[in-house]
Amino acid sequence: MLNEELKIKITEFLPAVTFEESGGWLIINIEPKDWLPFAKQLRTDEQLFFNYLFCLTCIDWKTHLTMIYHFTSTKYRHSIVVKSKLNRNNPEIETVSHIWRTADFHEREVYEMFGVNFLNHPDLRLLILPDGWEGKNPMRKDFEDPVNMIKL
Amino acid sequence: MGNDSINIDSSKSLPFGEVGGAFPGKVHETPGGGIVLSKLDDIINWARSNSLWPLTFATSCCGIEMMAVASAKYDFSRFGFEVARATPRQADVIIIAGTIVNKMAPVLKRLYDQMADPKYVIAMGACAISGGPFFYNTYSVVKGADHVIPVDVYVAGCPPRPEALLHALISLQQKIKSGLVR
Repeated sequence: MLNEELKIKITEFLPAVTFEESGGWLIINIEPKDWLPFAKQLRTDEQLFFNYLFCLTCIDWKTHLTMIYHFTSTKYRHSIVVKSKLNRNNPEIETVSHIWRTADFHEREVYEMFGVNFLNHPDLRLLILPDGWEGKNPMRKDFEDPVNMIKL
Repeated sequence: MGNDSINIDSSKSLPFGEVGGAFPGKVHETPGGGIVLSKLDDIINWARSNSLWPLTFATSCCGIEMMAVASAKYDFSRFGFEVARATPRQADVIIIAGTIVNKMAPVLKRLYDQMADPKYVIAMGACAISGGPFFYNTYSVVKGADHVIPVDVYVAGCPPRPEALLHALISLQQKIKSGLVR
């Protein structure tokens, strides 16, 4: 599907989205509360069929966090990016690990690095960081480590 | 013993800085042959230095450079380093080729402890020397591998040129021959 067709299709089942096409990807901005039904639709809709979540990450903008999901369809070869703004003080979003299994580890990584709480995740614990790093979130912009980090 | 069986340079012992390193001994001529006079330590070090087996250990991009040094163009087998071992039990020298992160530090220590004596360490590149480009603003990198294990030779660079690593390997050999390492 072309980007214009994707836009029409997506607006049909979730009118409350905004689109951006500045960077070569079709970017879809959604509210966190809409995410779970929207994700299910992306995966199961016969015409969309986004069966491959190839990137799941997060950005700390100091004022808020943004969750970013990159999807592609191995059947139709079309791709989208879904972004969702989260409250920085209490970042919460529904897990999609039961829809795309790969999200399981990626969400754990975002959880340890940014402190995003993935609701209903089956096994939300540290992925790579050793024990004792719970709640420290080293990828947050305001993370400080006076022992290992030097301010220039 | 025939004089032509080993290349014996009887005129001089082995000063530090000499490349190649002739056999460290003198021949006392006797009718029908000769007697080699030397120190056992010197002979052992001479033998050790010419057959150093490196551990296949690389943690980042310097590892690619190390592989280049191992391959045909630079070929560290010319100096006796060709038998790369995948187990620390059989390795003589560990080339720390890359960044050591806090999670890797106990592994590096353990590998070093598992190596049989005598063992030698080369810190290759900025990361292994000081934490490299990551020294000032990351929570995860060890600021120099010498915080974990003792290092014999440091090679500067990011990554070092293959020639620089060859120079480090030869410097290590000279260090061993002159008895300056444990």
